[in-house]
Amino acid sequence: MRKHRLAFAALALAGAVILSAGAAHARDQIRIVGSSTVYPFSTTVAEQFGKSTKFPTPVVESTGSGGGMKLFCAGVGEQYPDITNASRRIKKSEFEKCTKNGVAITEVKIGFDGIVLGIAKSGPDLVLSKKQIFLALAKQIPDAAGNLIDNPYSTWDQIDPSLPKMKIEVLGPPPTSGTRDAFVELAMEGGAKKFETLKALRKSDKKAFKAVAHAIREDGAYIEAGENDNLIIQKLQANPKAVGIFGFSFLDQNADKIKGAKVEGADPTFENIASGDYGVSRSLYFYVKRQHVGTIPGIEEFVAEFTADRAWGDEGYLVDKGLIPLPAVDRKAMRTQATGLAPLSM
Amino acid sequence: MTDASNVIGPERRPDLSGARLSRRYAAERRFRLYGLAAVMTGAAILLVLIGTIVANGYTAFFQTEIALEIDFDPETIDPDATRDPEVLRAANYQVLIRRAMQARFPQVTDRREKRTLSRMVSSGASLKLQDMIMVDPDLIGTSRRVWVKSSDDIDSFAKGKIRRDVPDADRRVKDREIAWFDTLDSQDAIRSKFNTTFFTAGDSREPEQAGIWGAVIGSFLTLLVTLMLSFPTGVLAAVYLEEFAPKNRWTDLIEVNINNLAAVPSIVFGLLGLAVFLNFFGLPRSAPLVGGMVLALMTLPTIIIAGRAALKAVPPSVREAALGIGASHLQAVMHHVFPLAMPGMLTGTIIGMAQALGESAPLLMIGMVAFIVDVPGGFTDPATVLPVQIYLWADSPERAFVAKTSAAIMVLLAFLIVMNAMAVVLRKRFERRW
Repeated sequence: MRKHRLAFAALALAGAVILSAGAAHARDQIRIVGSSTVYPFSTTVAEQFGKSTKFPTPVVESTGSGGGMKLFCAGVGEQYPDITNASRRIKKSEFEKCTKNGVAITEVKIGFDGIVLGIAKSGPDLVLSKKQIFLALAKQIPDAAGNLIDNPYSTWDQIDPSLPKMKIEVLGPPPTSGTRDAFVELAMEGGAKKFETLKALRKSDKKAFKAVAHAIREDGAYIEAGENDNLIIQKLQANPKAVGIFGFSFLDQNADKIKGAKVEGADPTFENIASGDYGVSRSLYFYVKRQHVGTIPGIEEFVAEFTADRAWGDEGYLVDKGLIPLPAVDRKAMRTQATGLAPLSM
Repeated sequence: MTDASNVIGPERRPDLSGARLSRRYAAERRFRLYGLAAVMTGAAILLVLIGTIVANGYTAFFQTEIALEIDFDPETIDPDATRDPEVLRAANYQVLIRRAMQARFPQVTDRREKRTLSRMVSSGASLKLQDMIMVDPDLIGTSRRVWVKSSDDIDSFAKGKIRRDVPDADRRVKDREIAWFDTLDSQDAIRSKFNTTFFTAGDSREPEQAGIWGAVIGSFLTLLVTLMLSFPTGVLAAVYLEEFAPKNRWTDLIEVNINNLAAVPSIVFGLLGLAVFLNFFGLPRSAPLVGGMVLALMTLPTIIIAGRAALKAVPPSVREAALGIGASHLQAVMHHVFPLAMPGMLTGTIIGMAQALGESAPLLMIGMVAFIVDVPGGFTDPATVLPVQIYLWADSPERAFVAKTSAAIMVLLAFLIVMNAMAVVLRKRFERRW
C-alpha cells in the first residue's frame, strides 16, 4: 500500500507547487477587455501586432462594453486590463468611477457600426421610418389624443398600409447587449421624438421620456434571441416573415441570404453608414489606461498599429472585417490624439 | 375447512385459458416495443445531431490551396546578401506573392483589381514563405512553385458554401474572382489538402489560419490542475466520511451540502473564482491554473459522491474479516476496502473530468473567454479551452467559421468519447461483483 500513499503525496505536492507558482508572475502581454462588437476588430489588430512586432500577442476578452468598463476602471496595476473596447461612449458614471480609482484614460474613436433590421431574401422588402419602428416595438405608444396606451399593433400593415401584411415578429439582442442599447437610443428614441406629446415630455421630463422611448414591448412581438448574431441570421432564413436586429458585419457576410430594411430612405450599405445617411449607426471606441503605458510593454505600439492607415484606413484590413472607417480628416485628428495619449476629460 | 375457505374467499386458480395467455404475451411485446421505440427515438435524435455537425464541419478539415510561381527575388528579401536572420525575418514576403499573382494574370492592371487579386491568397501565406527562407536561405535567387493557402472566401467558394447562381452583388466572391479561380483551376493550380493548420495552430481571426491546438493544450493544462486538486481531496473526503466520520448531525449537514453543491449552476463557481482566486489571492486572469481550481470545486462533489457509493458497495464482510484477524481500522480500510473501491472511484473521477472538459460558463468570469493566439506553455500563461473556442467561433461573423465551429465540436466529442469509454473499460476490467 505504500505505492498508493506515495501517489497521494506526489499529487498533493504537485498541487501545492502549481498553486505557489501562480503568485509571482509579471505580465508582459497587453490585456484588452470589452465590447463583443469591437472584439473582431480588436483581435484582428492584436493578431497583426503580434505577428509584425517583437511583442507577444495581446489577450482580448469579450466581456461586453459595460463589463469591460467595470474591469478597466477598477484600478491601476498589472492585475487590471490596459485597454477596454466599447460600442458606445464611456458614461459619466463610469468616467467618475475611473477617476475615483486613479485611472487616467485616453479615448480613441475607431469607426462606425451600422445596426441593421434584416429579413430573409425570400421575404418582402421593408421600407421603414424610425417612427414606424417605434410604433412596432414600443411597449407604450401615444394614441390620437396623446395619452399613452399599450401597443395595440400586431401586424405591420396596421401601422402603415404601405408595409407588408405580416405579423410583427422581431428577433433582437437582450438588454445586456450594447447593440440593444444603441438600437434603442438611435431608432426607438428617434421615432419617439416624432410625436408632439413625447417631444414635449422630453423637454419637461427627460427621465419619463426615456422610460417610454426605451421600453420595448414584452408581449411576444419582440423576441430576445441572445447575443449570437449568427443565430439570428439562421432563424431569419427559417422564417421569412421575421425581422432581425444585428450588426452590419453580419449582413455584409450573409448578403446572399439576408437583406437589410431601408430606414428613413437609406439602405444599410457601407457607403450610407460611412456618410451618416443611414441613421441607425453608432461609433465604436477603445480606451487606454495611460498609467500602464511604459509599465506594460507595447501599448503605444499597439495604439499606433490600430490607428495606422493600413488597419483602420479606407482600404485597411479592418474594413475587410466589416469596420466602417471614420472620414479621413477625423482619422488624422484621432491618430494624433491617440498616439499622443491625450487625457480624456468629461 | 369450509369456514376457512369462506374467510379467504373462493380459491383463486391461475387462468390458463389461451385468450388470457395471448393477452399477457401481447402486453409484454407491447412493452418491449415501447422501450425499443424510446431507444430508437433517442438514437435518431443523436444521429441527426451528429449528422448535422459532421455535414457542417467536415469541410473544415480540408483547405483549398493555390499554386504560385514564387520568384525569391534577392533584391526584395536580402538586398545586401547578409543572410542575417533578422533581415530575412523582416523582409516583405507579401510583395513576392503579389508579384506571383500578377505574373499569372498580367491583364489585370487596375489598382483595385490588383488588390482583389492578391486577396485571393491568405494573408498568412507570407509567413509560409518566411519559414521557407528561414529554414533554407539558399532558396534566395531561385524560383519555385509553392502551394499557399487561399483566403477564407475563396476556400468557402471552392467548397460550394458560396454559390455561383447567386447575383453578383450578394456574393462575397465576385464574378471576376470566380473567373480567376476557374482559370487557376484549369491550370491545375488549385487543390484541396488536409488542413494540418487546424490541428497545430492557435486561434486566429483569419479562418484559414485558425486552429484548435491552443485550446486543446489549454484544456489539458486546466484539466491537469483540476485532477490534481479534486482527485486527492475528493477521495480523502469520501474515505473519511464513509469509513471514519461519526454519524451525527454535522456529518448529515455536510452530506446535504455536498449533494447540494453537485446541483449548483456552474456559473456560480466562476463568480466564486473571480472573488476569491483573482481578487483576493491575486492570481493571474485567463490562466489554466485558476480555471482548473474553479473546475476542481465543481467536480469535487461528483467525485465524493461516486467515491462514497464505491466504498458502500464493498461488502461489510471484507471489512469485518480484516478487523476479525486483528487489523486496525486504518489497515482494514487501506489494505482491503479502498483497493476494492478504487475502480468505482476512478470511474466517478473520469466522468467528473469529462464534465469539466465540456464546461465553459464558469470560465467566463475568470477571463478564459478570450482571443489567445499563442499556444500556452504553462499553467499561468493565458489560455482558453475547447468549449470556449467553440463558443467564440460560433459568434464570429466570417462564414468560414461556421465549419470550424462544427469541426471543433467533433474534436471535443472525440475527447469526451475517449474519456467516457475509458470509464467503461475501467469498470469492466476491475470491477468485482459480490
